[in-house]
Amino acid sequence: MKRKLISKKNIISVAIIAVLYILIQVLINGGYLSRQMMSVIIPLCYNVIMAVSLSLIVGVLGELSLGHAAFMSIGAYSSALFTTKFELPEFIALPLALIIGGLCAAALGFIIGIPVLRLKGDYLAIVTLGFGEIIKSIFNFLPITGGSKGLSGIPIYTSYRNFGLVFLITAVIVLLIKNLLDSRHGRVFAAIRDNSIAAQATGIPVGTYKTMAFVIAAFFAGIAGVLYAHNVGILKPGNFDYNMSIEILVMVVLGGMGSIGGSIIAAVILTLLPELLRSFADYRMLLYAIVLIALMLFNNSSLKKKLIEKRQMSRQEKSEKEGE
Amino acid sequence: MKKMISTTLATLTLVAALASCGNNANTSGAKESETGSSDAKTSDVSTSSATDVFKVGAIGPLTGPAAAYGISVKQGAQIAIDEINAAGGVTVGDKTYSFEMIFEDDEATEDKAIQAYNTVMDKGINVLMGAVTSGSSIAIADLTKADGIMQLTPSASAENAIKNDNAFRICFSDPEQGVAMADYMIDTLGKTKVAVIYNNADEYSTGLGQAFEEEVAAKGGTVVTSEAFATGDMDFSSQLTKIKGTDAEIIYIPAYYQDATYITKQAKEMGITLPFIGSDGWDGVLGTVTDTTTVEGAIFSAPFSASVEDDHVKTFVDAYKKAYSDAVPDQFAADGYDSIYTFKAAMEKASSIESADLIAAMTEITVNGLTGDNITFDASGAAKKEVRYVKITDGAYAYA
Amino acid sequence: MDIFSSLAEQLINGLRTGSIYALIALGYTMVYGIAKMINFAHGDIIMVGAYLLFLLGVGKLGLPTPVVILLAIILCAVLGMLIEKIAYKPLRNAPPLAVLITAIGVSYFLQNFVLISMGATPIPFASMIKVPSLTLGTITVSGITLATLVVTFVCMAGLIFFVQRTKTGAAMRAVSEDRGAAELMGINVNKTISLTFAIGSGLAAVAGLLFISQYESLQPTLGALPGIKAFVAAVLGGIGSIPGAIAGGIILGIIESLTKAYISTQLSDAISFSVLVLVLLIRPAGIMGKMKNEKV
Repeated sequence: MKRKLISKKNIISVAIIAVLYILIQVLINGGYLSRQMMSVIIPLCYNVIMAVSLSLIVGVLGELSLGHAAFMSIGAYSSALFTTKFELPEFIALPLALIIGGLCAAALGFIIGIPVLRLKGDYLAIVTLGFGEIIKSIFNFLPITGGSKGLSGIPIYTSYRNFGLVFLITAVIVLLIKNLLDSRHGRVFAAIRDNSIAAQATGIPVGTYKTMAFVIAAFFAGIAGVLYAHNVGILKPGNFDYNMSIEILVMVVLGGMGSIGGSIIAAVILTLLPELLRSFADYRMLLYAIVLIALMLFNNSSLKKKLIEKRQMSRQEKSEKEGE
Repeated sequence: MKKMISTTLATLTLVAALASCGNNANTSGAKESETGSSDAKTSDVSTSSATDVFKVGAIGPLTGPAAAYGISVKQGAQIAIDEINAAGGVTVGDKTYSFEMIFEDDEATEDKAIQAYNTVMDKGINVLMGAVTSGSSIAIADLTKADGIMQLTPSASAENAIKNDNAFRICFSDPEQGVAMADYMIDTLGKTKVAVIYNNADEYSTGLGQAFEEEVAAKGGTVVTSEAFATGDMDFSSQLTKIKGTDAEIIYIPAYYQDATYITKQAKEMGITLPFIGSDGWDGVLGTVTDTTTVEGAIFSAPFSASVEDDHVKTFVDAYKKAYSDAVPDQFAADGYDSIYTFKAAMEKASSIESADLIAAMTEITVNGLTGDNITFDASGAAKKEVRYVKITDGAYAYA
Repeated sequence: MDIFSSLAEQLINGLRTGSIYALIALGYTMVYGIAKMINFAHGDIIMVGAYLLFLLGVGKLGLPTPVVILLAIILCAVLGMLIEKIAYKPLRNAPPLAVLITAIGVSYFLQNFVLISMGATPIPFASMIKVPSLTLGTITVSGITLATLVVTFVCMAGLIFFVQRTKTGAAMRAVSEDRGAAELMGINVNKTISLTFAIGSGLAAVAGLLFISQYESLQPTLGALPGIKAFVAAVLGGIGSIPGAIAGGIILGIIESLTKAYISTQLSDAISFSVLVLVLLIRPAGIMGKMKNEKV
């Protein structure tokens, strides 16, 4: 089976991305956006990347990772150390930083991929949480990362002034992951999620695929970390904690697990909402908790089954009518 | 088909959200009174004559684990603003200005601080008070420099929080305080062998601890052991056991009062009778210990203490208690209060409200504040004032 | 102080935190053994228990201490059953991922609910139980540590007796072995699991009591870290095994204290989590757990 890169789906996606890009550029250049909104654009992009990449592990592979922020921190720190130590011109430094950040995070993804081969479900979730904590302690401990004082003086390459580039990176990552899922590999992931033992029995190298998902997700989270580091300019180990991993998880769950488009919408909403409702911040975490519980209950309720059945029925009727 | 619909929806949501916010911000310039800030309480000043309002933008944590600091700064500053406005405002040249504060929450995180800064800038502020925490101050330092706005942080104590020439601070820097405590310990208390317990996941604690240790070594004292802990730790028995096995004469704990509460309690349980010295984060420790004898005799550096006999302090504390249902102001509240009076002094000296003029006037002003009697500022942006020490005597705070 | 008494003292420090971990791990292991799910919210029920003790004891009610303790245990047990009924029971046949995410949601909910209703500022809360400390030569063992150890072992013995010797306990074991078969034998699976949660949460309230007597300060997040550490302890001892939980808890406490004493105070958390990762990789069933093969 051959994959067509220039498929109808891809053309539509690219078209949507292009329209979005032009729209946002018009908004920026036309002065329609306040500074507040401009400063949200970059977080919007890296949150989308984080949500989409976590969606690969949680939604597509069906494993829970509670340490996604750790991948981001690896990407952020490794790239920031590179750009602060070697003061190269921006057009060389930034691409290299993106590659370094992505690769370092991917390497960690590979290391975490080892237990992934042996563990699943609850145990795997707790191991990813443990990894996140270990990495946080190490960043606090190492003198080179500035410890708790943080790593500051990072050159600002990816602020909203460089929006076009950041948007392009985000769009490319989203398209890559979307194409990966539409490919043969994507169906393999789904097979592993639905029944890993059966998948193994049909000759799928389950271990390799699971590790691959972690490595890919980690790579993209690392790139999100690079964007974060060069937007904020200062990194602190405490910012990449369990709460951040949970926030990203909420995006994936809210978006409908496994749906890339859903993850993007949820990431956008959950990044903009706290900005629009600043005084609401105290209740945000409580709301997230309720969202997590409610969506899980709804997803597995008979109500949802009924709704799906209803929709299928109406669809059938429609197609019958069209057939007449 | 389904996917296409969802993607289109995503596009529409994003564009609609961005555009609607953009519109809001645009109209807010024209119709200030309608949009205002999310905290309506802070803007109780009439906004009808916009030219006579001096807008102080402020950034600090109002939610999250560090919320207490931001809330204190905000409330303390509001007391100063109410005082100044009630007294008729500030006269600059032939105009009189009343103060207005626009406070935005940054949850003490760096990325949120940038968004909060841009939000207050949208509201057309004259000067910036903030950020309350060090990391946030560093994150916005280059932005305030690029905007050429005067930045005065009440409480960001990291050394490079004021690295740019438009930035000033009210509180002591971490190294200044650590060095001062080391000098006090050796010169006044006459102790030379010290054990240190600090939080290595907290930059304030680490900064103080390091400066303290260096100064002790420079003055010929010995740091017999230096023990770390992490934010959220509750058990310090391993660290204390190690200290017990040394010949330390005194224990230095540069940390917040909650940590000090655990450490002093567990030390007493283990039979450690060494005296404690601490940093300004200790202020409030008497409110969290269950037995005040565990901290009896402890000495900590503190630029402000609400329970000290002083007319200026008393007026402030009374006003604060009246405004905020009997809450006792802490040092952060005093820092916020002094920040507002620093702006006032700079405006009067410069006879201007332009940031550039205010920045130039900063080295020439003297502020009689709560955290120091005659506060002056040097070219680096640091406040010059005497260090004060508080000793816990008979279960109460008193200046040592 | 010579090196041996210092080592002995560090071991006792380990016992101090370890006994608390052990007590919390008991609840984890109990719920996991029977309901086959990690109750992420277990640590937060400890926190709720501690706040309940504070509200019932120091509040205006003025009840005698034993009544307050009993009431807190009962309320926590009810809370546990309620959480199970609302959040976990509808997911009995859902994929484990859904249950896990819900449990995280419940944990977050409890923490933030208490945060909003009680505030983030720590509340000092003097110990409700007074036990004199024990001194052996230069070494002092605090009364609370002794009390915690005694309570932990009593709870362990009680649980073992209950699970092994009573009819309800037999039902629990049956549900743990094979839920479907147990149902066919006429065991009320829902009721059994509900009871498991009640016992687990009651144990959490006891852990909350001893925890708060040890540290004397209330915070909405107080259960989070001990909860995760206790989970590590339960895994270390072999999750599902009651004596394993005690062993795991005490071993973890001692590892932590020795790490802080002889390796680095900065890396102790990293080292306890590394222990978890290593145990899971080398012997996923823990020290005392049973290995199981999974079938299609």
